[in-house]
Amino acid sequence: MKKNTTEIPPAFEESAGKYLNNPQLRRNIGHATRTIRGKRQVVADELDDWQQLREAGRQIKQKVMANLDHYLLQLEKSVEEAGGKVHWAADGEDANRIITGLIKEKGVNEAIKVKSITTDEIRLNKALNDAGITALETDLAELIIQLAGDEPSHILVPAIHKNRTEIMELFRDKLGNKDLTDDPEQLAEAARLFLRKKFLSAKVGISGGNFAVAETGTIVVVESEGNGRMCTTLPDTLISVLGIEKIIPTWRDFEVFMQLLPRSSTAERMNPYNTFWTGVSEGDGPQEFHLVLLDNGRTKVLADPEGRQTLHCIRCSACLNVCPVYERTGGHAYHSVYPGPIGAILTPQLRGLYDKSAASLPYASSLCGACYEVCPVKINIPEVLVHLRGKVVDHKKKNGGIRDKLHPEHIAMKLMARTFRSRSRYERAQKMARIGQKIFVRDGMISKLPGHLSGWTSVRDLKPIPKQSFRDWWRARS
Amino acid sequence: MKISLFITCFNDTWFPGTGKATVEVLERLGHTISFPLEQTCCGQMHYNTGYQVEAIPLVRRFVELFEDAETVVVPSASCVGMIHEYYPKVAKQADDQQLLRRVESLIPRVHEFSLFLTNVLEVEDVGAGYPHKVTYHPTCHSLRILHVGDAPLRLLRNVAELELLELPGAMECCGFGGTFAIKNAETSAAMLEDKVNRITETGADTCVAADNSCLMHIGGALNRKNTGIRTMHLAEVLASQK
Repeated sequence: MKKNTTEIPPAFEESAGKYLNNPQLRRNIGHATRTIRGKRQVVADELDDWQQLREAGRQIKQKVMANLDHYLLQLEKSVEEAGGKVHWAADGEDANRIITGLIKEKGVNEAIKVKSITTDEIRLNKALNDAGITALETDLAELIIQLAGDEPSHILVPAIHKNRTEIMELFRDKLGNKDLTDDPEQLAEAARLFLRKKFLSAKVGISGGNFAVAETGTIVVVESEGNGRMCTTLPDTLISVLGIEKIIPTWRDFEVFMQLLPRSSTAERMNPYNTFWTGVSEGDGPQEFHLVLLDNGRTKVLADPEGRQTLHCIRCSACLNVCPVYERTGGHAYHSVYPGPIGAILTPQLRGLYDKSAASLPYASSLCGACYEVCPVKINIPEVLVHLRGKVVDHKKKNGGIRDKLHPEHIAMKLMARTFRSRSRYERAQKMARIGQKIFVRDGMISKLPGHLSGWTSVRDLKPIPKQSFRDWWRARS
Repeated sequence: MKISLFITCFNDTWFPGTGKATVEVLERLGHTISFPLEQTCCGQMHYNTGYQVEAIPLVRRFVELFEDAETVVVPSASCVGMIHEYYPKVAKQADDQQLLRRVESLIPRVHEFSLFLTNVLEVEDVGAGYPHKVTYHPTCHSLRILHVGDAPLRLLRNVAELELLELPGAMECCGFGGTFAIKNAETSAAMLEDKVNRITETGADTCVAADNSCLMHIGGALNRKNTGIRTMHLAEVLASQK
């Protein structure tokens, strides 16, 4: 996510409307998020110590971040002792170059992939494609996205914005099976037949990872389909790409995270497939293992004491499923592989806050706090959103041009700050507002406001300011 | 008890009725109210929009004005949330240790209206009567920052002749979010539409909450849609008498 390497996408508020006005999309996402949300609540509520588990998760991650340098070196040592090779990537370009090189060394032009948002973050598929290597997504949802030439819109359920009928049409077209119906079993079977051949022939597998254990060098992928297990066991060579924040210190910490993650993500007590591997084992599974550890802005996040907790994220996506904003706009409005509340704080920190798209994300929230309430590692997302808003404004104040300085919001904020610092100015402003509103009041209501404020009156009336303020009443009374 | 009232700039200007009702309920319960006229705004709008430097003098102003008060009552969950949750951060941001200490000593004495009644005064029946069908919208900051729980509902259940109707999806945000309603007007409107539909479904004639800011937003849409449903701050319901 280097600056200037890709075109800057539009601001959240500029593109949200497009998705809000797509009734099919809103139905698909509304239905899906409400369903997962309800199920998550049930499985979280059934544990008496859920709140203690959350606190434990938070504390373990906090310890990791405070000692990341130590744990990273420990992880490198453990992986290499177990027969793996560790590669350090400062950014996406670095990581892509390393991975491309490793695949080319094998003399192949195909790889199979486990669902991994980290590889989406660095646009690995595109980089491989540019190098003449075809990377096939094997997670059902990722496969749907890949075949459709679409972008993922959810961390856990990348094709959440598509319904069965849309998937049927896609598979009929791309997998050449014209008799498919929208029966989920038939759709899954079509994907299974297509993928099975690829699993058996692929020489290289690429994965992300949910956790990396510093103590033992073990990498973990939790999943529902078993396709990840195929990718991590069948090929001769396995390459795993993990952000440096994915570390947990010891095996024992799974006690906490293996309870928090499945319940928060898929609302399951345990994931159907939990694959753990430590380096290489002779005669069993891949005989060559490479771990690519990715920074790509993470150390920058780590350097900010307020924003740092963002790195605690275990990518469960519970915050997306409860978010009233995400529920209505879907993930594409965020223009990032990390959408929803966690994306609104992670994307701008990784990418830098100062392009208009990244700078708009901390404002894509009503600060309702539902995300914080469900976060399994207690990331105070509203707090970080507000912190980032402060940084956006500070940056505009220091580096903004005349347009920023003359922006109605900026002027209003400056004026009101001055007004609130003095009782007499405040009382005068109350009187002026009362007089000034008169030209907008019709039949005792304001139904149309100009410019910046027209968004308010497009769907709501505004009650006019009454004649007597509370303080006037108080003064008259005493 | 001697109670200092922080009315909030929003209520002072837009919803004086809420302030009057707060005074009425507290006086009815035998308490003495004072209203320091120097008060203006808690700074929440500035802080949450990113104008955090601008919030510093407003925090200082609040602290100077209220630090000698025995008890401060505020009829706005959102503003109390700002004070409890973010005032210490503002003090740290201002790099002012003394301010931080003063803020920390003041915070436990600043109470949201409904929690003050149920937890400090330990009253649930304030002798109110309101012969209407009422639904209650728990505002996000009352719920998730102040953790008011069912305090407002317990108060409403003790209002004579009030029929309380459950709001489906009550915990979901109405879409106000301060400047969010302006900056992300379309998303805010989509959230509001769902909230208003659910309020209408209940068959209530009054929608009650502990924050007038959310109510102004909800009420604006109820009015635009000619639903005939009015919005009312909790304090005003509790001040009503048979």
